Amino acid sequence: MAALTDLTIAEAGAALEKGDFTARELTDAYLSAMETARGLNAYIEETPERAQAMADASDARRAGGKAEGPLDGIPLAIKDLFCTEGALSTAGSHILEGFRPTYESTVTQNLWDAGAVMLGKVNMDEFAMGSANITSHYGPTLNPWKASSGDNAGKDLVPGGSSGGSAAAVAARIAAGATGTDTGGSIRQPGAFCGIVGLKPTYGRCSRWGVIAFASSLDQAGPIARSVEDSAIMLGGMAGFDPKDSTSVDLPVPDYAAALTGDIRGLRVGVPAEYRMDGTPPEIEALWQQGVAWLRDAGAEIVDISLPHTKYALPAYYIVAPAEASSNLARYDGMRYGLRVEGEDLTDTYERTRAEGFGHEVQRRVMIGTYVLSAGYYDAYYLKAQRVRTRIADDFKAAWDSCDVILTPTTPSAAFALGEKQDDPIAMYLNDIFTVPASMAGLPAISVPAGLSADGLPLGLHLIAPAFGEETLLRAAHVLEGAAGFDVQP
Amino acid sequence: MTDTTDTTADAIPDHLVAHFTSRIGHNSADLIEGETGSWEIVIGMEVHAQVTSESKLFSGAPTDFGGEPNTHVSLVDAAMPGMLPVLNEAAIRQAVRTGLGLEAQINLRSVFDRKNYFYPDLPQGYQISQFSDPIVGEGRITVDLEDGESFEVGVVRIHLEQDAGKSVHDRIPDQTCIDLNRSGVALMEIVSKPDLRSGVEAAAYLSKLRSILRYLGTCDGNMQEGSMRADVNVSVRRPGEDLGTRCEIKNVNSIRFVRQAVDYEARRQVEILEEGGEIDQETRLFDPDRGETRSMRSKEEAHDYRYFPDPDLLPVVIDQAYVDEIAASLPELPDKKAARFVAEFGLSEYDAGVLVAERETAEFYEAVVDAGGAKRDPKIAANWITGDFFRRLNADDLEITASPVSAAQLGGLIDLIADGTISGKIAKDVFDEMWDSGNDADANRRGKGPQADQRQR
Repeated sequence: MAALTDLTIAEAGAALEKGDFTARELTDAYLSAMETARGLNAYIEETPERAQAMADASDARRAGGKAEGPLDGIPLAIKDLFCTEGALSTAGSHILEGFRPTYESTVTQNLWDAGAVMLGKVNMDEFAMGSANITSHYGPTLNPWKASSGDNAGKDLVPGGSSGGSAAAVAARIAAGATGTDTGGSIRQPGAFCGIVGLKPTYGRCSRWGVIAFASSLDQAGPIARSVEDSAIMLGGMAGFDPKDSTSVDLPVPDYAAALTGDIRGLRVGVPAEYRMDGTPPEIEALWQQGVAWLRDAGAEIVDISLPHTKYALPAYYIVAPAEASSNLARYDGMRYGLRVEGEDLTDTYERTRAEGFGHEVQRRVMIGTYVLSAGYYDAYYLKAQRVRTRIADDFKAAWDSCDVILTPTTPSAAFALGEKQDDPIAMYLNDIFTVPASMAGLPAISVPAGLSADGLPLGLHLIAPAFGEETLLRAAHVLEGAAGFDVQP
Repeated sequence: MTDTTDTTADAIPDHLVAHFTSRIGHNSADLIEGETGSWEIVIGMEVHAQVTSESKLFSGAPTDFGGEPNTHVSLVDAAMPGMLPVLNEAAIRQAVRTGLGLEAQINLRSVFDRKNYFYPDLPQGYQISQFSDPIVGEGRITVDLEDGESFEVGVVRIHLEQDAGKSVHDRIPDQTCIDLNRSGVALMEIVSKPDLRSGVEAAAYLSKLRSILRYLGTCDGNMQEGSMRADVNVSVRRPGEDLGTRCEIKNVNSIRFVRQAVDYEARRQVEILEEGGEIDQETRLFDPDRGETRSMRSKEEAHDYRYFPDPDLLPVVIDQAYVDEIAASLPELPDKKAARFVAEFGLSEYDAGVLVAERETAEFYEAVVDAGGAKRDPKIAANWITGDFFRRLNADDLEITASPVSAAQLGGLIDLIADGTISGKIAKDVFDEMWDSGNDADANRRGKGPQADQRQR
């Protein structure tokens, strides 16, 4: 039998149910793998005692015939953006130094209620702002993959971001699955970089209560897992209406795993002309065409579509998201929790606390956000960006007349080396070029590992579905996954 | 402290900057006679009224006044990471009720915005308020003056917003403590047009507004506890000319102080203008001990609040049926009640006005008149309440609800006069006995025994 940590959530769940091993054995296997993989710096805080206690409780439930379902006894990593009771919850930021909430986020509570086991809190870009997991106060997380050739051969690579710790942990087999959050691509891009599946659900599908806010109108929690089936299982455990989040939507949570029928005959797959951008590497373009072919071969109907406002999505995103962030991050003022650097007076204390507590990227976005909301600039920037956002959403609405899902690449490149693009924010922002439009429209989207670059690094394909179309999205992703047959490990 | 200084002028929609006023002061005595001619005072008010509700605007924490510091604070009120506001529907209901009571436009769609500024008593770093789409639009209030004159004051809008916490400077030397009990409590900001022309008028406006809110049950009007505070915008101009530069006097917390603050501020501005100076647009504070206003913050220091719609909250959408249902539950308001007292009971307008000013007084009066199906003489009842009854209330500094003589007891006394058992003169003694003993009129009459009976003979 393969190592316990190689099993998918679905496989491990079946084995637990059969009694092949216990949740405690599975958890211990992960805890020991975590110890040997500390060089990746995926975890900010490991919670072994809690993990073992939760695993023991799971075993006790199962022994009593009261196992909760497919997640009972499954060890998960939790992105540090989720508030977890008594466990460090810092958003990867110095300003939340030592912060241990007295409360549990709705999404993690849902997972614990489903019997899942918490292994610890994983690294991320500070306040989820970044595409390389290099802005964390706790240092960069490394991608478990290495390039086999090319300029970056042998170098340390980034896992993507902001959910870089989550993706690295799942890819490195030091978590069976992980929670992530996606604001502009923060689940899907690291999923693609690390060769695993990243799913951003529809805005409103998972509660944001207890998730430290970056950009409230875009933030959405989702699963990072090694298979589409695992993603479906995890989403079922995370999703649901929450009266504590006014933007969460009161719809029943379907059995997502049941949607994976393998049958996409007649499914209309849209291929947007505007995603064919100048400068996209030929291997990305080739993979995209391969994806089209796979879906066509599986019986899907391929439709050429147009999403005319695509090129405005990224600039508009970099107005809306920083604007909301500048306001959301105002609460970190050194008065009630986290870091406080005493100054000569109140204003000085604010300034020192925030100057020391926030890293450069966070400060940059707070300044951009403050600027675009300022008197005299609000109409020209924020209001206009919101109008663009409406146009982008309208583009998708029109597209759904002729297609059921949309296929695009996930990222314009494979994982890059640590230190690359570090001094060029625009180059870094371009990582999200294919993922941001779906975020702006609040649509569900998924990245599926589909092949290797010439240098031997994973590349992802990206599917987008209409709002609350997760079942269709997962069904199509499942077929794509099967056709790609991506079974390479880092 | 609730900070409500405007953003720099060019960021404010027109409907908020230049409140159109067409009102011409009725009383030339309201003009200030300066050395260079007469000046007209122009006043507009923003009244912050705490919404009567069990829980806060966006959290389940209680709103009771006077708890130990930081005991009425939820995770949301303390702006802990990841916390989200959830609108308390009761506050919407109360705001709509208030709007209807002020004959105002109810907006079926309104939006909560964030008003961003840093202050230790503002844990989120922003106040959730309503900026361009308030829940209530234009309305009006009829204001009555002591001389019997009435005039109408336009209401520009009413919006809902969160209160801030409280900074406590005297608890620990050299340190400021923060009490978040008030943080997140629902306030209605009721914005008037600049239709007021004197300190007396401003005070009368606030008094009438307070009365209406108390009738509606949407604000307890308790100014000592801070349930109602007024920001008073004062400017002066030559009669008929354009509006002058205004100063905003923040957080005035009594009706008397409003009058004093306006009187002082208007004279201060006239003095400056007559000496050839200019008025600085600024925020000022009223110091009741010295009876003067002083500068708090100039326009240069004014914040840019960077308003934008709060992405944590959906727009508030209500339907007409909801509004109609609330409208159907409105009580009789003071103006209507006074008119009825005049028409039905034959009271003078003055007496009717006195009796309806407080909802409790009006209710007490109607209870005295109502003798269980039969009706006591309404004029005698009015005379008793505005005469001896008020005299004793004032002497003992009591609220009407704490009166030792109940409406039924006072009614009983009036019955004894009506059926000739006692004379009106003796009734006054009996009333005082009742007041001191808490007994019914009958008992007090017997207590007075032969003496009373002798006089009767």
